[in-house]
Amino acid sequence: MFGYYLDLARRSLKRTPILTGLMVLAIGLGIGASMTMLTVLHVMTDDPMPGRSAQLYTPHLDPLPLDYKQRGDSPDPADNFTWPDAMALLKAHKATRQAAMAGGSLLVRPTRAGLRPFDVDGRYTTADFFAMFGVPFERGQGWSAADDEARTHVVVLSETLDRKLFGGANGIGQMVRLGDNDFRVIGVVDDWSPKPMFYADPGLQHYSGADQFFLPLSAAVDLKLPTNGNQSGWVKGEAGISLTGAEMTWLQFWVQLDTPAQVAAYRQYLVDYSAQQKSLGRFQRPPTNARLYSLMGWLAHENLVPNDVRLQLWLALGFLFVCLVNIVALLLAKFLRRSGEISVRRALGARRRDIFVQLGIESALIGVAGGALGLAIAQLGLWSIRQRPDDYAKLAQMDASMLLGTLAMAIVASVLAGLLPAWRACRVAPAPQLKGV
Amino acid sequence: MQIRPILSTLGHHKLTVLLLAFQVAFTCAIVCNVVFMIANRVQRISVPTGIAENELSVIHSKGIEKGANPVAQHVADLAALRAIPGVRSAVAVSYSLPLNQNESSSGICPSKQALDRAMQLNTIEGSGCMQPAVYDGTPGLIDTLGLHLVAGRDFLPDEYVSKGKPAVAIVTRALAQHLYPGKQALGQSMYDGDNYFRIVGIVDTLLRPNLRTPGVDGDSMIWPQLPDSAGVTYVLRSAPGDRQRVLQAAEAALFKVSPSRLIDTKQMQTYTEIRAAYFERDTTMIGLLIASALGLLFVTALGIAGLANFWVQQRTRSIGIRRAIGATRGDILHYFQTENFLIVTAGIVLGVLLAIALNLLLMTHYELPRLPLWYLPIGALVLWALGQLSVLSPALRAAQVPPVVATRSV
Repeated sequence: MFGYYLDLARRSLKRTPILTGLMVLAIGLGIGASMTMLTVLHVMTDDPMPGRSAQLYTPHLDPLPLDYKQRGDSPDPADNFTWPDAMALLKAHKATRQAAMAGGSLLVRPTRAGLRPFDVDGRYTTADFFAMFGVPFERGQGWSAADDEARTHVVVLSETLDRKLFGGANGIGQMVRLGDNDFRVIGVVDDWSPKPMFYADPGLQHYSGADQFFLPLSAAVDLKLPTNGNQSGWVKGEAGISLTGAEMTWLQFWVQLDTPAQVAAYRQYLVDYSAQQKSLGRFQRPPTNARLYSLMGWLAHENLVPNDVRLQLWLALGFLFVCLVNIVALLLAKFLRRSGEISVRRALGARRRDIFVQLGIESALIGVAGGALGLAIAQLGLWSIRQRPDDYAKLAQMDASMLLGTLAMAIVASVLAGLLPAWRACRVAPAPQLKGV
Repeated sequence: MQIRPILSTLGHHKLTVLLLAFQVAFTCAIVCNVVFMIANRVQRISVPTGIAENELSVIHSKGIEKGANPVAQHVADLAALRAIPGVRSAVAVSYSLPLNQNESSSGICPSKQALDRAMQLNTIEGSGCMQPAVYDGTPGLIDTLGLHLVAGRDFLPDEYVSKGKPAVAIVTRALAQHLYPGKQALGQSMYDGDNYFRIVGIVDTLLRPNLRTPGVDGDSMIWPQLPDSAGVTYVLRSAPGDRQRVLQAAEAALFKVSPSRLIDTKQMQTYTEIRAAYFERDTTMIGLLIASALGLLFVTALGIAGLANFWVQQRTRSIGIRRAIGATRGDILHYFQTENFLIVTAGIVLGVLLAIALNLLLMTHYELPRLPLWYLPIGALVLWALGQLSVLSPALRAAQVPPVVATRSV
């Protein structure tokens, strides 16, 4: 029966080629626009560390004084850590792994001939960073907690930077001049950049760029290397701008917690730590302000998706909706016009269900064509988004799940659109229609 | 034209008519808001900076020599830049320029009492103090940028400092009015908590490096502080057509003065490029909004035309009968036009309400201002016109149906 209905649908659509074309175009445009924006949203809110994200958490303390007023357009200082708090949590070692970190930009002075000095972005962090985030080493390894303690001048390079600095030669053991200091290369990691770069300062761009070097945070603080994240102090004078001061936040802190029990214990530990700091007079706000975010929870809290992108998605969905209302009206008119034909089929013994299935297949056929067109339009839309200057633009690619999703969405949408007209048409009473013929 | 027979015919197609009216309503609601968003964005991207944008270009340089004297370096660099043919003037600024997104701002109070009030409130809101963008630069900044002095004078050579804070400032007219409402701002002393700055000049307009809200976007001040760090931005003024060539020549000239520096080619821009980069998202958004508004109107026109086509085909016989019993072609034409008018009107009534509801939703989630009510009648007119246009061709076809059709059996 299915093959026969398909043939009927094809014939019926061929009888009104312009109208069919318009319906396919309308559903294609609506689906194409919606899928473009859904894909952008999908890549922006995707899990940056599949398989690992469930064990990663970021604690947050509230060291701000009671009378601190948050201004609407400035970043929340409590998003980051002060040096004393980060060091205390690091020393307490309550999680399986923990690392403090901050971003920095340094001038590299290559020794290779013909290469001008250039700036690179990288990260100052602590020993557990590599194991906790599963950074893949190509050669060598990271540094130890003892190196953190001793503020050793060592550095781990990205593959790209290693190749740029040393060509094909092995860079391990060589010295690199970063800023005004020499660092010994102890490891080279494969180019590794989670998207979004969840562990970076919340105020920075998250979807472009990658860390080109990693060096011990203790050495960076010791050498007063420049950081490129947000530094928020809340007291006037030296204490408010000192990297090691207790009144300025600038560090990010991540922990690995393997079991729910560990998570609960860590949460309690944060509250206890805050209470202890409060009793010492350093914290003023309630200890229960301390938070522990999961990786995905933190990304949701940070809300990295720009308003414009959300607005564009709503616009696309609104457009799709109007297109669908349009198609419902057109299909309704089209099906009702065939009341005579339907009545003949009914009189010959077709059940209502048969008519319904026949008309449903006709709308699904429009959906398949519309979906195919929508897919092409979405690819065009994504291409145009990749030309945008925004840092997320380069990521706008469709994966297999979005590809199938587009087609499914188009068919579901068109079948839904065909539902009401088909139902209405199969309820046509045959007798009066047949009399007229 | 009697409306009653039309209404009774439409009654037979309740569902279809309802759907078409809904489509018109949603289109009306979305298009009204989209056009309003377009108007807002266009207004945003056409904000004047107050500087001679089409004659300016900038180049950023960062010295990497340790222990060099930056101020002396800037003087040498500027001399080389001014020697480039086509360069009318050149100045150095630390990093801030209108719309270049590198802002330095500072809390400034009209008096010490206002500062005390701000301390008491623990915020500058409502204290009379402002948070203007602060610009610095070498002598000649006002002329090079092409700023328009409306009162007072430019800085005197001995007012420039390289360390510490200067004693004088030039403010924009907007900042002057915000700090000293209803008073003469020229000659007043502003206070930042540590130092007083006497206002010696007022310029017409100078936009901030980063826009916030239209109310404070023009709040800027300039003080005679010389850039004193290794990283510096040079502003060059030349004829509009010379700018690309001047930038290339500037890069070469700077490397000739001293090769130990970084020049990022991404920060070698004409002001036209700086403005385009600042508003690139808005221009993209305007393009998308226009495309979706046109798309919606197009789809709605298709829907109306498609449906009218069906109805004309369906009613060929009854049209023939009407013609046979005396209806003129004009009567048939008007019939379809009136029918369309009634459906679209129903859609518009609902659409106006939906437009207001959608605007309220956007106001809470996307900080869109309130939709001016005059958008609604214009939206209604557009949809009426669209409806009449799309029904015209099917209606004309209907009017061509000859009376003889009535005598034929199907």
